[in-house]
Amino acid sequence: MKERLSLGIDIGSTTAKVVVVEDGKIIYERYQRHFSQVRQKTLELLTEAAPYAGERPFTAAISGSAGLGLAEGAGVPFVQEVFATGEVVRRLEPDAGVVVELGGEDAKIIFFEGGIDERMNGSCAGGTGAFIDQMATLLNVTADELDALSLESARLYPIASRCGVFAKTDIQPLLNQGAKHADVAASIYQAVVNQTIAGLAQGRRITGKVLFLGGPLYYCKGLRRRFQETLKLTDDQAVFPEYGRFAVAMGAALYAESAGGTYTMAELRRRIEESVCVRSEENLLPPLFASQSDYEAFRARHAAATVREGDLASYTGDAWLGIDCGSTTTKAVLLGADREILYTYYSSNRGNPVEIVREQLEKIYRLCGDRAVIRGSAVTGYGEELIRAAFGVDRGVVETIAHYTAAKYFCPQVDFILDIGGQDIKCFQIKNGAIDSIMLNEACSSGCGSFIETFARSMGCEVAEFAEKGLHARAPVNLGSRCTVFMNSSVKQSQKDGATVEDISAGLSVSVVKNAIYKVIRAGSADELGQHVVVQGGTFYNDAVLRAFELELGREVIRPAIAGLMGAYGAALYAMDAVSAPRSGLITPEGLADFVHTAKTAVCQGCANHCRLTVNSFGGSKKYISGNQCQKGLGIQSAQEVPSLYAWKRDALTALTPGAELRGTVGLPLALGMYELAPLWHAFFTNLGFRVEVSGLSTRRVYEKGQFSIPSDTACYPAKIMHGHMEVLLEKGVDAIFYPSLTYNVEEHGGDNHYNCPVVAYYAELLHGNMDDLERTRFLYPFLNINDRRELARELFACLEPVFPGVTKKEVKKAVDAAFAAYERHMLEVRRQGEAAVAWAREHGKRIMVLAGRPYHVDPEIGHGIDKLAASLGFVVVSEDSVCHLADPVPVHVLNQWTYHARLYRAARFACENKDVQLVQLVSFGCGVDAITTDEVRRILEESGKLYTQIKIDEITNLGAVKIRLRSLIGALEEKGV
Amino acid sequence: MIDQEKGYVVFTEEMKKTHTILVPNMLPMHFKLISRVLERSGYKMELLETSGPQIAETGLKYVHNDTCYPAILVIGQFIDALQSGRYDPDKVALILFQTGGGCRASNYIHLLRKALAKAGLGHVPVISLSLAGLEKHPGFRLTVPLMMKMMYGVLYGDLLMSLVNQCKPYELEKGSAQALADRWTERLAEEMSVRASYRRVRASYRPILDSFAALPMERREKVMVGVVGEIFVKYSPLGNNNLEQFLVDEGAEVVIPGLLDFCLYCVYNNLLDHKLYGMQKNVQFAYRIAYRYLVNKERDLIAAMASHGVFTPPTLFTHTIQLVQGTISMGVKMGEGWLLTAEMLELADKGVSNIVCTQPFGCLPNHICGKGMMKPIKAKNPDINIVAIDYDAGATRVNQENRLKLMLANAASKETRVPAGAAKAR
Repeated sequence: MKERLSLGIDIGSTTAKVVVVEDGKIIYERYQRHFSQVRQKTLELLTEAAPYAGERPFTAAISGSAGLGLAEGAGVPFVQEVFATGEVVRRLEPDAGVVVELGGEDAKIIFFEGGIDERMNGSCAGGTGAFIDQMATLLNVTADELDALSLESARLYPIASRCGVFAKTDIQPLLNQGAKHADVAASIYQAVVNQTIAGLAQGRRITGKVLFLGGPLYYCKGLRRRFQETLKLTDDQAVFPEYGRFAVAMGAALYAESAGGTYTMAELRRRIEESVCVRSEENLLPPLFASQSDYEAFRARHAAATVREGDLASYTGDAWLGIDCGSTTTKAVLLGADREILYTYYSSNRGNPVEIVREQLEKIYRLCGDRAVIRGSAVTGYGEELIRAAFGVDRGVVETIAHYTAAKYFCPQVDFILDIGGQDIKCFQIKNGAIDSIMLNEACSSGCGSFIETFARSMGCEVAEFAEKGLHARAPVNLGSRCTVFMNSSVKQSQKDGATVEDISAGLSVSVVKNAIYKVIRAGSADELGQHVVVQGGTFYNDAVLRAFELELGREVIRPAIAGLMGAYGAALYAMDAVSAPRSGLITPEGLADFVHTAKTAVCQGCANHCRLTVNSFGGSKKYISGNQCQKGLGIQSAQEVPSLYAWKRDALTALTPGAELRGTVGLPLALGMYELAPLWHAFFTNLGFRVEVSGLSTRRVYEKGQFSIPSDTACYPAKIMHGHMEVLLEKGVDAIFYPSLTYNVEEHGGDNHYNCPVVAYYAELLHGNMDDLERTRFLYPFLNINDRRELARELFACLEPVFPGVTKKEVKKAVDAAFAAYERHMLEVRRQGEAAVAWAREHGKRIMVLAGRPYHVDPEIGHGIDKLAASLGFVVVSEDSVCHLADPVPVHVLNQWTYHARLYRAARFACENKDVQLVQLVSFGCGVDAITTDEVRRILEESGKLYTQIKIDEITNLGAVKIRLRSLIGALEEKGV
Repeated sequence: MIDQEKGYVVFTEEMKKTHTILVPNMLPMHFKLISRVLERSGYKMELLETSGPQIAETGLKYVHNDTCYPAILVIGQFIDALQSGRYDPDKVALILFQTGGGCRASNYIHLLRKALAKAGLGHVPVISLSLAGLEKHPGFRLTVPLMMKMMYGVLYGDLLMSLVNQCKPYELEKGSAQALADRWTERLAEEMSVRASYRRVRASYRPILDSFAALPMERREKVMVGVVGEIFVKYSPLGNNNLEQFLVDEGAEVVIPGLLDFCLYCVYNNLLDHKLYGMQKNVQFAYRIAYRYLVNKERDLIAAMASHGVFTPPTLFTHTIQLVQGTISMGVKMGEGWLLTAEMLELADKGVSNIVCTQPFGCLPNHICGKGMMKPIKAKNPDINIVAIDYDAGATRVNQENRLKLMLANAASKETRVPAGAAKAR
């Protein structure tokens, strides 16, 4: 007999939903956060639902990403959530074309037209609802307030949509630079929309009647608006049903009608109560402390590492102020003449560091009275320039130097400093009293302090309480050591296995530590770090992290009592050492009373790049402008033309103009390998009588044009942008587009072989398979042997003759010769320009930077203007291919089989052989090959006592962080006297 | 010690007597057979059968964390074994199979040596086993008869794997198919060590097939699920969180293309290098012989299965080649290259329309021949139901299983579901 009642339970990653359906109508529905207490929350919801069912039997099923364990334990049928959604939509909205459903951590899309296609986000795509929550925390608002804010936005900032961590590193500097919260809020939503399109639609257009489901799309009006505007949907096409939050639970209820079990409420409750999960033993770690006495000894040891303190209320004399305006927190320290700490401050900057510093200065001045006189001040951290401009702080000091100054004061023999802050991990190896190497986390692994903090909140605890719980965990879970997004799902898994909050807290601490040791420091043993290790940064206030670090390293370390204030403390020490002026230039108490701060946005008209600027005004003519990639936005023209190989190469490529059209037009997409071979193919086709259209340098807009057809969102940005270049060429209406498949690259005899990477070699195949629009032209992507001219001519003829009848073998042969002549001229000129730039730098006493990547990294959109940034910091920038001929091939410990990468090793050797040359390696996110090259380049450099700097770049790159890296490099070089 | 000229620790002739060679575990049955073959040639072999999270962790400790997951696992498994105290580090050598090519997988052996050095085990010799003969080790020479025997191991392995997959979901006594395969593995290895001839191999097909056909089974309709992907995560339970077992437990019959296809693919690519680029002229003759040899062996195996009539034989490589035309060029030869696309089409051609495409997270070739080809494959086969699963040290089983469950739910409902067009008309 069919029951009239059916009950659906949906347990997502953050919320639990229960619906009771009677004769197809919902008679009970409830939606609540479960704070990982899955079983308990489900029982609560069932208790509430009990009156609606009474004693009647009903059918029931469970769905949701966190519901599987419960369903298995209780023996209740389970239905996959996307499938459940599909059931509901087929029943209730049969004319829907597409369903977009965002959940706590999953995003799903279902296409109904032309064969049902159900998709979920891949493992790297990060969360959605949880992501919005995290971002709200960053802005120090609730999710509702974030939504309200977003509706008042005036402009959108580009924010990385690949994953939460990336987005976070984009948002933080925006906030610190004073961008409006309303605009940031809307931009966060836009990032979610972009991610859904790029990560899920993968080449299928979202059109027709679109149904939007799931909690975030139910609650966030601003998110709805962004989706509707981006997809250009009318109000009739975009449907946000009232039952949006409950779609999965309803689907479970509908599924239950045919395939679920039949229960009474008491029976179902009993089953769930008795569903004790068996924890698998294999993923557990030993507890952090074996016994209470271990814990007490640990406590006592670390309590000893304190600093002398003074009392500002009674202090009379000179004082020095240090401010550390970090990504998530602002810190301040005031030192007395004996370096005693008179005043400290540590707090979240709540998205507005300027206001916090203003409050603090007021307070400090009040406490100083007329007894204490501030003689000097210094500021460090992400907000350094902003704070300096706002308050007239005397000096700015790069973070690494500030931290080293502080640690050295604490432990003069320090060998290694590890600083885990809210957003960064910084590690410095110290040798002979100078920074010997600096390791910073990549954007991808920046799950540090703020990660634990947001996690603690999502479990309903404050961070201190969360840490405390971790200390006493009996069986910490092993959560892996990947980026935070992966950790999120590891936590989900452990919750399914029945881990407690205590176990998760301890497990997270271990993960943060492992991430730092194995991913950032890349250390195999404690000895690589040295005897005296100082750990600092706010994250180390967490005793669980500290203990996990000591255990993992097998060595005791020093954690100063002011671990979180070390940057500010170092800045204050720096101010003290540096200043001899009678009085600080810091804003006066009177000035502070009149202080105003406004931020507005502008678009720079300095060049075609059109950087979006944030202009901060502090009353009068005091201004601070950020968001610029070069000095032009600040109204500064460079006095002399400093050579830059990146600029030169860009100019050389944009100078490839179309010639006369005799046979037709051929388009060359300027991306991936074409960045190297454009001069060759341009000459080839021009010589054959074709008009050659090159798609030109990339912009963000170019990427967006093609993002709809990207099938694999974890491919590198230089590959993904290829889709946009194809669109550009299609718009130009060319007769054919040419991007050959080159398994083998040009043989330069610099390594064991001369391959291209798989992506450069075969991306054309992917384009052909995924871009329907290419049918509008002829897409030629022949497999070619570029190292044998005769063979190449044969292959090219075979490719062109069917498409352009009349092309003769002889012509092709001649064109091939002309092509190689042009290519060789180009490469020779690259090398000549490289030599000239080096000579110019030496003549003018400038530092030389080999900004080493791939040919396509000179693109302004892919390289994000890092070359210009380096130039503005005083470097003469050369590319790897312009100097690699100046050094011999290097013996490496890996298979040196890719042409582009062999150049990297040689360029590294060139840097080793020249004192005034530094190498900075650009690495695109997702470049698998660079997992191999980076370790080798680092080894080559470090064996010669050179500093290794790596910059990981992606779709969007936070130049603020890059700047800190480059300035750290300069700081370390200065310390070393290079 | 490191041979200065060669740049790596050489496996000397004396070591043949003193050292135990550890073998990583990718395909348990195949590798066991191959190990036995080598044992009978005088080597001390040991197939590593360790598992558990410490393997990935050890790997992460010694290998760059962005390296592909198979490298992290294989290297982790080796170092974990060396550090376990079960072996004398001065009496152990390691062996890795190498295919070469533009994929970063060619670097595994170098990454392994770097990792060993980092772990203080730099003196342990690593033998590279490759048909291309990338490295020379005096103590380890591949003779033609030895290579033939190893080939027989692959043939037997493919047959047993296929039979186990076809019996396991239906067996009345749980574990009986695997137990039978294990008995055969022992027996065949023993046999080959005494006398190995291709005639014997062919003669063994029939009794093997008979014995599996005689297993007590219950014939029921099951959902067929194909598994393709990067070779390590496709085959190794360590790499894919026991994917096969999961699918069987969910009530599916698993179809996995065999290792012979991959061998044929490697040989065929060398023929293509000549055809496409005019390269490798001098060795074309040898490759052509090898290709014909392998094609014939595959044909024999398929014919034996077909004439026996109980089990579904694999698809002929020559047919697979036909299927891929027009979807992806066969010039795509890094990693699994065009073979991966071809295997998906081959499964669809066989009527296996539910497919799991496995890859290590961030696998470069799979951007193109895996995820990049799904759209054209779907265009050709509208009913196909493919799910791409990424494997990684940090990826969780719960996420993977959730996606697999979606694929299975779609598979199960395919027959009962009203087509989208009809739903609209209602």
